[in-house]
Amino acid sequence: MAAPLTLLLIVAVTIRAVLFRSSWAELISERVEVVSPLNAWKRVVEGLALLDLGVSPYSGDVFHETPFMIYLFHFVVDYAEIVFMVSPGLVFCLSRFLTSLYLFRKQKYALESDRYPADCLELLRSPKEMFYIPLKVAMFYLLNPFTILSCVAKSTCGLNNAIIALFILCTLKGSALLSGILLALATYQSIYPLTLFAPALLFFLQRLYIPVNLRRSSFWFFTLQYAFIYVGSLVVITGLSFFLLGSWDFIPSVYGFIFSVPDLTPNIGLFWYFFAEMFEHFRLFFICVFQINVFFYTIPLSIKLKEHPVFLIFMQIAIISIFKSYPTVGDVALYMAFLPAWSHLYRFLRNIFLVSCVLLACSALFPVLWHLWIYAGSANSNFYYAITLLFNFGQILLVSDYFYAYLRREHHLTHGLYLKKKDGTEATLVLK
Amino acid sequence: MGLLSDPSRRKVLTGLLTRLNTPICIVCYLAGIVWFMGLAFEPFTLRTYMSENAMGSTMVEERFSSGERALSLAKEFDAHKRKAGGMPVEWLVKAMQSRGLEVFTQSFSRKLPFPDENKERYMVRGTNVYGILRAPRAPRTEALVITAPCSPGNTNNQAVALLLALAQYFRNQIYWAKDIIFLVNEHDLIGTQAWLEGYHHTNITEYISGSLRGRAGSIQAALSLELSSDVITSLDLVLEGLNGQLPNLDLANLFYAFCQKLGVLCTIQGKLQRNDWDTAEGYTHAAQTMMLMVLKQACGRSWGDHGLFLRYHIEAASVRGINSFRHYKTDATTIGRLLEGMVRKLNNLLERLHQSYFFYLLPSLSRFVSIGYYMPAFGLLAVILLLRALDLWVHLGAPALAAVDGVTEAEQPSSPGVLTVLTPVVISHLTGVALYLLPVHLQEMAVEHFPVSETEAVVLTAIAIYTAGLALPHNTQRLLSGEGTEQGWKVLKLTALLYLAVLLGCTALINFSLGFILAVTLVPITASITPALYALVMVLLSPAFTILYCVFIYQELIEAPVSVSEGWMLFLSVISQGILDHALYGSLVYPLLALFIYPCWLMFWNILFWN
Repeated sequence: MAAPLTLLLIVAVTIRAVLFRSSWAELISERVEVVSPLNAWKRVVEGLALLDLGVSPYSGDVFHETPFMIYLFHFVVDYAEIVFMVSPGLVFCLSRFLTSLYLFRKQKYALESDRYPADCLELLRSPKEMFYIPLKVAMFYLLNPFTILSCVAKSTCGLNNAIIALFILCTLKGSALLSGILLALATYQSIYPLTLFAPALLFFLQRLYIPVNLRRSSFWFFTLQYAFIYVGSLVVITGLSFFLLGSWDFIPSVYGFIFSVPDLTPNIGLFWYFFAEMFEHFRLFFICVFQINVFFYTIPLSIKLKEHPVFLIFMQIAIISIFKSYPTVGDVALYMAFLPAWSHLYRFLRNIFLVSCVLLACSALFPVLWHLWIYAGSANSNFYYAITLLFNFGQILLVSDYFYAYLRREHHLTHGLYLKKKDGTEATLVLK
Repeated sequence: MGLLSDPSRRKVLTGLLTRLNTPICIVCYLAGIVWFMGLAFEPFTLRTYMSENAMGSTMVEERFSSGERALSLAKEFDAHKRKAGGMPVEWLVKAMQSRGLEVFTQSFSRKLPFPDENKERYMVRGTNVYGILRAPRAPRTEALVITAPCSPGNTNNQAVALLLALAQYFRNQIYWAKDIIFLVNEHDLIGTQAWLEGYHHTNITEYISGSLRGRAGSIQAALSLELSSDVITSLDLVLEGLNGQLPNLDLANLFYAFCQKLGVLCTIQGKLQRNDWDTAEGYTHAAQTMMLMVLKQACGRSWGDHGLFLRYHIEAASVRGINSFRHYKTDATTIGRLLEGMVRKLNNLLERLHQSYFFYLLPSLSRFVSIGYYMPAFGLLAVILLLRALDLWVHLGAPALAAVDGVTEAEQPSSPGVLTVLTPVVISHLTGVALYLLPVHLQEMAVEHFPVSETEAVVLTAIAIYTAGLALPHNTQRLLSGEGTEQGWKVLKLTALLYLAVLLGCTALINFSLGFILAVTLVPITASITPALYALVMVLLSPAFTILYCVFIYQELIEAPVSVSEGWMLFLSVISQGILDHALYGSLVYPLLALFIYPCWLMFWNILFWN
């Protein structure tokens, strides 16, 4: 196991190092698919320059990183490349623990308990399959072209991903304190991970054998405890940022910027085109409608998946990366890294061929249509937005397909693999 | 979404698609070809119309009358050109200055990667002369360009003279709102490229050129004038630019409108318009015109000086005077008036031309086919690849589609290792890289060892590498695993099909003609390939042979049919021109073919020798 992992790491680092030194790096760091106004390296450099001059980095409308980020880079700006190389590495180590820890446990549990019908055994994964999952997760993240692009562009998205991965690791390890602090940090970085609060809480409750019951005091006790850790560390972090900078400038400049979407540079998300076309007086209403998408699905999904918090984390991360206001391919890469962990759902996926074709074609068409629109001047924004829509359609289809497959597997685990209708014919399951 | 989530309907659909896969593919292919050929049929096309308001409603009156003076200027220019043995820079500077322009020169030099045998040049050294007429009425932030190439020999003297005469006339008018740049460039496209790079402070293609000392505003539009003979019977409009880019259709409309107004005979692709669309000859004529446009666009080179402007987001077209319709004669005054009218209309523009179409095909000057009409033809071809891929996916026993209900699936056969697919892919692409890099870099070595000229060396090396690539894969395959499995080639084919579909799709968006021509030849063979197929068929439909066929068809269409040996020589020169175009102007067709299409084709070739 160690040998292939080391090899993988060497390959991944080599690819990044070569790209950093090549002439492609500059080109990649200009691509709108790879960097967004929130995490572009160019803007970080600008912010650092302002900070060095003693001006608030948030004066002007260029810099939108959090104060922690700028102070981090204030100290390591000379080693920026190394930082960006390390961050995916971090993610990868963590994902590897994540899967091994969680799934081995679940597997043991599944085999020990006799509650599943006998014909479902083929649905369970043998330890041998599980053994390779960490390697596959690492491969999916480290060798994913999306991650590589995002890393070479020095998009700070990679660091945010690392924080989220750390959070997941701590959660799975069962450390409520660290998990709460890291979740607060992730929220502080980009607001949206807020929705991960629900799955993390569910996970701890399940781990401690506390039933989700609103009348039980133990439930409330733990929920309040975890919420207190989370909110407390959020307050501390925000307070620290205030003392670092001596002003609250960063609140409107970072969170206001995320929520009100003033920068309409095209990206792979759904926001820019709508708000470029929108009449100004409808803007507030539609911003609410668009932003609520990220948060709203937490409730139904938490109810449906309350027994499966880890899958819920995956769903939430995917939803964030689809519906957030400034998505980049780095965000997409984060939830794609989870896919090998669900390889046992593969047989229940229905649209995987369609989805992979769509995602593949879109990835190739983004630069082509951008060229036609911006450089050749012969196409226009509608062409580019069409591809954006298609790309997001592909992502949504992917996520819903996994969701369906997961539910279906659970159904088979409890009801047996070969379902019969009442009249004895073979039954099929329909998601309605 | 009902279709995507309802299992029984999905089952029916996938069952239908896999059972009827071959007939559907054949129907799609035929429908695609028929659709494409139908595009030239007049009732299916749209009549061109002026979309730009600024050019439509304001009619202008043309008063240019110094055609005779232009002719005498042409003689003078000719005499000085002979004396100077090239471009008479000093005379031109004086002539422009005496007409009240701000005159500047730019010298440039460029060493070609290998000698260009068509135009007999290797070390190119030249000078561009340009004069700027400053706009009296506006803040001089925008400009128009009229260019006339100063070609060697006797040709194009009239164009330069007409340019000077127009400059003199324009100088006396007060209505100019945009600066007008009169450019006389040497060594045709090389000079234009050097000038454009100088003007925009870019350096894409390793030119050594002097910086420009005088500039006008941002260039909105450009016209290139080429009058190759003394007697002009008709004017031909050339639109195809670098990488198959076309100017806004309004520019063509503008030209057509003025030709109609002044009663000038106008052609496109050298072909007159016919009115008898309902007869067989009428249709053939339109189809020929459109096919010529498709072939010219597909080869991705700039067919006139205008082609290089397009890359800088400048709408440009070439107006070429030709002498082929005996009974007509167009005098210099009329051509001058035509240009005057066009420039005045462009002068009225409030913003860049953007209202009309950028993606179109022209079966005649007054009819056009827009992207919405021609894309389905390509789509029908491309969908075959996807259908075949779907079929393979189902046959490979993917649970998602084979059995809609995952549970009825039998034990899955273990899928072939990644290595069996990855190896051919990597080897094919390395061959592609060799094809791209080696011909130019190895020319010196080739010239030392073989009795060939540099140009021949480059072309023959390219052909040699291309042929060698055919021998590579099946050797490596044997070396690697001895025997390939049935699963193995199916997975490889699936990968290659999707790769080709994406590749052709992207190509067709940038350059429809190229994508379509490649699809016509590559799709049938790639869709039907199995290890049992004849290698000869595969070779006959390979990218290189596609180029060869295109050469013959092109010669047939311009009514200059060639014999096989002449065709072969032309084929060689097309390859050398393709490589030169890439090195000199940044045309993308050669890298596309060498780095992507050829390796993709090699992947299919690999399947042929799987066992």
